[in-house]
Amino acid sequence: MSTAATESDYIGRLATKFRTCPATGLKVDLAAERLIKANAVAAVVFLMIGGTFGLLVALTRWPAVHLLSSDMFYLVLTAHGLDVLLLWIIFFEMAILYFASAVILSSRIAAPRWGWVGFALMVVGGLMTNVAVLQGDSSVMFTSYVPLKAQPHFYLGLILFAVGALIGCFIFLGTLVIAKEEKTYEGSIPLVTFGALTACIIAVFTIASGAIILIPTFLWSVGYIANIDTLTYKLVWWAMGHSSQQINVSAHVAIWYLIAAVTVGAKPLSEKVSRTAFLLYIFFLQLASAHHLLVEPGLSSEWKIVNTSYMMYLAVLGSMIHGMTVPGSIEAAQRKSGYTRGVFEWLRKAPWGNPAFAGMFLSLVMFGFLGGISGVILGTEQLNIMMHNTLYVPGHFHATVVTGTTLAFMAATYLIVPLIFQRQIIWPKLARLQPYLFGLGAAGISVFMMGAGTLGVARRHWDITFPASDVILPYGYPPIASLMMGLNGLSAILAAIGGALYIAITVGSILFGKKVDATNAVASLGPMPKKIVHEAVTKYGDAGTWHLPGTYVLVGLFFTTFILYYFVNWKYLSELWPMQ
Amino acid sequence: MVEKPKPESAAAPLERIPFMQRLLDNPFLLLFIGVVVPTVIYILWGVMEITQIPLAK
Repeated sequence: MSTAATESDYIGRLATKFRTCPATGLKVDLAAERLIKANAVAAVVFLMIGGTFGLLVALTRWPAVHLLSSDMFYLVLTAHGLDVLLLWIIFFEMAILYFASAVILSSRIAAPRWGWVGFALMVVGGLMTNVAVLQGDSSVMFTSYVPLKAQPHFYLGLILFAVGALIGCFIFLGTLVIAKEEKTYEGSIPLVTFGALTACIIAVFTIASGAIILIPTFLWSVGYIANIDTLTYKLVWWAMGHSSQQINVSAHVAIWYLIAAVTVGAKPLSEKVSRTAFLLYIFFLQLASAHHLLVEPGLSSEWKIVNTSYMMYLAVLGSMIHGMTVPGSIEAAQRKSGYTRGVFEWLRKAPWGNPAFAGMFLSLVMFGFLGGISGVILGTEQLNIMMHNTLYVPGHFHATVVTGTTLAFMAATYLIVPLIFQRQIIWPKLARLQPYLFGLGAAGISVFMMGAGTLGVARRHWDITFPASDVILPYGYPPIASLMMGLNGLSAILAAIGGALYIAITVGSILFGKKVDATNAVASLGPMPKKIVHEAVTKYGDAGTWHLPGTYVLVGLFFTTFILYYFVNWKYLSELWPMQ
Repeated sequence: MVEKPKPESAAAPLERIPFMQRLLDNPFLLLFIGVVVPTVIYILWGVMEITQIPLAK
């Protein structure tokens, strides 16, 4: 290393200011802490905006309410997709990347000034895209398929946002290098940080794909390029559009391990197995993007089947491993704490009154049962034909992104507010209720949209009735489809109440929460059986047991549901074109 | 007869780190894999198929 570089490192170390977290004993770089706070606040603001748009969408799709005009519906639907699928999620993921690197590794953060440049680009980009949509000439949906053309600042905003997020990814990688150089940890990085690394890697691919397609689309929108091939656009866009949701999966699985470790002291059943499951994500998860193109005639069956049925199942295997090892690690920790009676005492006596734990476990169950199983159905080329472009698709991704990711991120907030903002959660009784309200509402949205989709109701359609007065070929869905849409609307109201409660609690806690100090630091994290933050968060190590009868029963229940639902769909397929 | 103490390096030879652990501990190699695999299997293969679609006349 050159003398200049050594001096620069030395100055960097001297200039870094740390505080010691009274709950965890970790050294927290104050520059990293400020970046985490800024990104988390921006995330919550965009969740509030995007969630409100989502409620308006659901109330319009409810035939008895049918709130918005068609023009407003498509405008609001575009804004809803952008604000929650990209802005809320990726701002929060930036906070997670900085937390999982600088805080968990007790390291100084790499290039914090660049972190602020990235944050500023993301804010400017996010606002620019929102302005473009709200001006009314860019109602092109989240997918913005060409030849639908938005205003140039719609694409430019997305590009700026992506560049900002990319800077955040490289700061995360740089922090890993610094932590290793300065020996702030020994051996391998902790599992939570490894999960965040997986999210970062997928983010780099996602953002690069976005740049490849959005830069020429921006040039097309300003007239420098005459034509964008529609199928190529779809192909490359989905490498960004679907992979951005795979960043979520990796990030929220890392959050599951983090919350299980903090709240009940859960160590992974096997570090090697959990890391290998993340490795399966790194290799194969992004390829699931292909399931959006399964009915495109221009792509071969070989390409479709290799990308979805073969490779995607290896990523699904990774998710199923996490789906077993997270509850398994909780069971192992709870049994070690003395909850050994019967098969499920460990689960009954889990800290359900802690919103972080409750949100995490609900996220785990609903992501697996609703999002995971429906994802495999959509990824099967033959079955996909029944649900393609129906409401089943948003039903599936509301199960993964809302009940899975959003609920996990909300759960993490109940730890981040006391640990990073150093404020106690206000209204603890309402906070206990919040994950259940939001989780139940989000699960209802997913189930009823998938139900309507199974009946053939089209996605992205302002009106599900096609009366003879309006259309040339009138068509009516079965009456139960209207019931499904009504129940979807009611579920959206419930989820909106849960979401509003989350925002009120979060903002209220940051502004008015009691200050966290050494005397109340652990109590501020909510009810926890051991009343300490276990070193499982930061240290490499296995639980050391496979005596997990309760987890095996839960896994058996999952597989039974999976197999039954999978074959029910094949039966539906056999009835689609009956032999006469 | 008293055995001579062995030098430390001979007493505890460095254990060879398994390949999988070396892979999992190398974030930049993982980054390379995570970008190249989907780029080749999903994007490049897909674009090659699209370019072979005959143009309508």
